[in-house]
Amino acid sequence: MSQDTLFDKVWDLHKVANLPGGSDQIFIGLHLIHEVTSPQAFGALKDKNLKVKFPQRTKATVDHIVPTDNQSRPFKDNLAEQMINTLEKNCIEHNIQFFNIGSGKQGIVHVVAPELGLTQPGMTIACGDSHTSTHGAFGSIAFGIGTSQVRDVLASQTLAMNKLKVRQIWCENKLSNGIYAKDLVLHIINQLGVKAGVGYAYEFAGPAISALSMEERMTICNMSIEGGARCGYINPDETTFNYIKNKLWSPKNENWEKAVKWWESLKSSNSSIYDDVFKLDASKVEPTITWGITPGQSVGVNQKIPFLKEIHPNDQFIAGEAYEYMGFKPGQSIKDTPIDVCFIGSCTNGRISDLRVAAQVLKNHKVAKNIKAFVVPGSEKVAKEAIEEGLDKIFTKAGFQWREPGCSMCLAMNSDKLIGNQVSASSSNRNFKGRQGSPNGRTLLMSPAMVAAASITGKVCDVRDFINT
Amino acid sequence: MTDKFKTPIGNISQIYGKCISLIGDDIDTDRIIPARFLKCIDFDSLGKSVFDDDRKTLEGNHPFDLEINKGASILIVNSNFGCGSSREHAPQALMRWGIKAIIGESFADIFYSNCIAIGIPCFTLPKASIKKIQKYLDNKILLLDIDIFKSTAKSKDMNFKLEIKETSKKMFLSGEWDATSILLENVELIENKLNDLPYIKFNCN
Repeated sequence: MSQDTLFDKVWDLHKVANLPGGSDQIFIGLHLIHEVTSPQAFGALKDKNLKVKFPQRTKATVDHIVPTDNQSRPFKDNLAEQMINTLEKNCIEHNIQFFNIGSGKQGIVHVVAPELGLTQPGMTIACGDSHTSTHGAFGSIAFGIGTSQVRDVLASQTLAMNKLKVRQIWCENKLSNGIYAKDLVLHIINQLGVKAGVGYAYEFAGPAISALSMEERMTICNMSIEGGARCGYINPDETTFNYIKNKLWSPKNENWEKAVKWWESLKSSNSSIYDDVFKLDASKVEPTITWGITPGQSVGVNQKIPFLKEIHPNDQFIAGEAYEYMGFKPGQSIKDTPIDVCFIGSCTNGRISDLRVAAQVLKNHKVAKNIKAFVVPGSEKVAKEAIEEGLDKIFTKAGFQWREPGCSMCLAMNSDKLIGNQVSASSSNRNFKGRQGSPNGRTLLMSPAMVAAASITGKVCDVRDFINT
Repeated sequence: MTDKFKTPIGNISQIYGKCISLIGDDIDTDRIIPARFLKCIDFDSLGKSVFDDDRKTLEGNHPFDLEINKGASILIVNSNFGCGSSREHAPQALMRWGIKAIIGESFADIFYSNCIAIGIPCFTLPKASIKKIQKYLDNKILLLDIDIFKSTAKSKDMNFKLEIKETSKKMFLSGEWDATSILLENVELIENKLNDLPYIKFNCN
């Protein structure tokens, strides 16, 4: 059993009671909601004649279903309009603050909460979305929940939970030039597998993690769930504090000092005990791309798609499915795989630094013929900053479409979808069968820089050929 | 018009039904219910859309379309079932199709807690036992009688000792899986906790 890790400290602090069944009742410090997983929860409150316990501890935005081309209301899609409308009504009825389109604060829920300073170290954060693990980048305990649990948080601000075990993932050395947080997290998931995190919280640590910016750390924690870990976190440090300082919701004046002192006290230490430790050398990570139908099925850009015999027996069944679905042959190079669609965005890689890196690659280049390329900023704030920096111009000049903020083709709940068996180079987080809106569409996950490079050549290529020249 | 689906209520101690096997590891919630079906404000119509893409691809040969599996209520799966998105729509769709319990090699965390929260017990069995059941189901019908208290599954040909988390077991036997009212019993402790948390004090709201 883990002891004295940040996870243990934050968990124990938020424990309200031992429940009769043996699970813990955990207080949720920040609850985030969106239009897809909340309507049934509000419906259940109504059925049970319950109120929202602490409306000020829940914040809402709209992201999954929003169109990214034309956001004028009513939306063209009646069902999407009904969903945003339901959220608007529920927020008014229950007195919940809603960051709506045009407020300057709307965006993907996991982009918005950190940029507003709502996400802070030491909090428990829950949201009806599996990528809530993103917020762990700040040293909070953040995890995705389902709709019934959204109902429970609304009604009681608490959840019935079993404590997770803690695995430290120690990343030695530093990432090389042209290698990004996305490559590192894809590599970690590849090494550990997509099921290894079940029952665990992942603590990402070591020199390679400390060297990352907050936005890069969010990319890492965001994808914890793709490794099976519902929750992933990084101990807070100066990088964390500098990011939070002066944000809208951050502690101010004398409270700032108090906050930093408390945040410091939460860190895991040399004497912390973990249920498991996994070490890797970050300097060995290559630009990493998925070739299959789980985020664990990835290779370095110069590697070949593995043969069945090279794959662990437990993973061979899904590997077989992946070859067939993706149309790849074992032993084939991933490099030069032709691409149809390039997507930059999502809660994994739709932040300003992601857009900056991609724009840098695209500068003075053009998107290859017959490639559909589009960039979807993670939030209105990201979009505004990007426009101020002229990034939108770089993208459009290169041949990218510049869109409005939302989740877009990460999960294709709006009109941004793959068609037929198109192949996408995507900066998002899931390459599941049918994930990007076509039942036989194919997704190659990679860093935003690698997506930008692929858009120029029209095929999978090594971004280092563009940035080192 | 079909009758409105009745969600389970109260304690759940026994499940008797026909098994349906779905072979494959890492079957994610996008496959269980593709995202386009999430455009809804209730769960009522999800049952018919469960595994929609997979079923269309297999043109009637998907286990959820086979005549022999009609009326089945115990789903037999392999490892890491329900990985990916936190959408409760996935277990809701399975439940509305007719699934009342799942037995598998392993389950993804969020999917598992969603199942508990809506009253679908999930049990684990070793790989070899799951394989044995799946092989049996290739050409036979298997009716299982699951006893949650004893953690057993019995049929005329096979008996299994099921694994279930002790906390989940207690929750089903007591009815506590429907957690809201239990959580609200501690309302005073919840209010005290709010007042005790350091960050509530140093944040303006």
